[in-house]
Amino acid sequence: MLLIPCPWCGPRNQIEFTYGGDATVQRPGNDAPEAAWEAFVYMRDNPSGPHDELWLHSAGCRSWFKLRRDTRTHDILGSARMGDELGGESP
Amino acid sequence: MRYSIFSLARNALTHHQHWPLAWRSPAPKPRYDAVIIGGGGHGLATAYYLAKEHGMSNIAVLEKGWLGGGNTGRNTTIVRSNYHLDPNAHFYEYSLKLWEGLSQELNFNVMYSARGVLNLVHSPADMDAAMRRGNAMRLNGIDARFLSRDEIAQWIPNLDCSANARFPIHGGLLQPRGGTVRHDAVAWGYARAADARGVDVIQQCEVTGIRVEAGAVVGVETTQGYIATPKIGIAVAGHSGQVAAMAGLKLPIESHVLQAMVTEPVKPVLDTVVTSGAVHFYISQSDRGELVMGGDLDFYNSYAQRGNLPIIEHVVAACLALFPSFGRMKLMRTWGGIMDMTMDGSPIIAKLPVNGLYMTGGWCYGGFKATPASGWLHAYTIAHDQPHPLNAAFTLERFAEGRVLDEKGAGPYPWAH
Ligand SMILES: Cc1cc2nc3c(=O)[nH]c(=O)nc-3n(C[C@H](O)[C@H](O)[C@H](O)COP(=O)(O)OP(=O)(O)OC[C@H]3O[C@@H](n4cnc5c(N)ncnc54)[C@H](O)[C@@H]3O)c2cc1C
Ligand SMILES: [Zn+2]
Repeated sequence: MLLIPCPWCGPRNQIEFTYGGDATVQRPGNDAPEAAWEAFVYMRDNPSGPHDELWLHSAGCRSWFKLRRDTRTHDILGSARMGDELGGESP
Repeated sequence: MRYSIFSLARNALTHHQHWPLAWRSPAPKPRYDAVIIGGGGHGLATAYYLAKEHGMSNIAVLEKGWLGGGNTGRNTTIVRSNYHLDPNAHFYEYSLKLWEGLSQELNFNVMYSARGVLNLVHSPADMDAAMRRGNAMRLNGIDARFLSRDEIAQWIPNLDCSANARFPIHGGLLQPRGGTVRHDAVAWGYARAADARGVDVIQQCEVTGIRVEAGAVVGVETTQGYIATPKIGIAVAGHSGQVAAMAGLKLPIESHVLQAMVTEPVKPVLDTVVTSGAVHFYISQSDRGELVMGGDLDFYNSYAQRGNLPIIEHVVAACLALFPSFGRMKLMRTWGGIMDMTMDGSPIIAKLPVNGLYMTGGWCYGGFKATPASGWLHAYTIAHDQPHPLNAAFTLERFAEGRVLDEKGAGPYPWAH
């Protein structure tokens, strides 16, 4: 069971949350070349280790936030509100 | 040695003490004509077909653990070809045809059991979608039959088909030739047959680097030393991204954990495979009598080979809603495997943008059933340095080109396929 620390509500059971994927991908500018769009939409680092990801507290405060989690162990290393930086071990 | 009734009788006389080993365990040679990374079903099948169909026998399969210890030995063994999109339908149907003859081909009983795969339909919208897919299958020459609720109730008496079921059953789409195959036997059968054709199957040998010079591969670094080779085939399932990165490539793939579980063994109670897309659940009974079941991914990136309790609870709840009489059974084991989930839910069997580098991967939930065709086509692509028409659509470039093969229409969310 994952105990996910929502930065607004505190630690809650994983069943209250919806996963949103890699939080490090950046939307390119509208005039960016196609390769930048391909990278944004499809290509992922998919690290084995710390992973910065988006979660939605869908059955709670309904806010999106960032979580840093180790994909080898599922250990949670930190969470942050959308505009803030994640603490914990860097990916 | 050929396995037969005679070899069985002969070895019975000597109390089965003198069976020869099914394959050698050679030390790696300094150089091979091709190296396959990953000793799961896909890697071993690739090596077998390279040797058999393309006369390449100076090749090696490198496996970091033991043969079939990845997803091949962790999956729920369902084989089928009930796909909607043409490239998927043709590919999986080719695979199912290879399954039908595989025990004879390999002289190894892989226990292909055509017990049927039944997709339950729970609403009128579900019914329309199933009819559409069934018709598409029939147009592609694949067996599909629509069953009414009464036919299903008669066939599977312990399935709750009553009007007040939690998930009412309106009917189902059946593929009669679908079924199950013994998973370990597939790895062992291909390993033995490849070994017999001279392939070196090397376990406990992890690839830690890929050496690239002037845009072409020249060899692999491994825990057993450097091995030179002009051609490398990657067949590492959930580790595809990791291994491709060794050659400087990024893939449209995420690794996610998928769980499965079995009950204690009981006498025969279910003689087909039952699945429900709406409830996210599937079940079959193994030859040992265990009920084998599973459902969705855990829905977050993972390399842990184990999942969490909410999915297990979901699977068990779905099981009890559909089969109330299974409520007295004990769950014996649960486990997880690392799935290579692509951005469109379809695989990549292709030449990669580094010369001499190829891959078969991106199998999502369903790569076990693909094993024979994946190996066959990966071997073809490696031998000819270009794809066969059956895997021409499964390129890496299809994402940039907008030619995705999104069977579910779920979009670029790998965990949603
Ligand atoms: C719980 C579960 C249920 C499933 N159910 C079904 C099903 O019912 N039907 C179906 O069709 N599919 C199913 N699948 C999917 C299916 O199991 C896989 O898609 C398929 O087995 C993949 O085979 P493979 O040979 O590509 O991978 P694997 O069997 O995982 O083989 C890859 C091998 O590569 C090795 N490896 C990785 N990195 C390296 C390295 N650097 N160097 C050397 N070796 C390396 C690994 O140790 C591993 O043995 C299921 C999967 C799971 C986890
Ligand atoms: Zn919250």
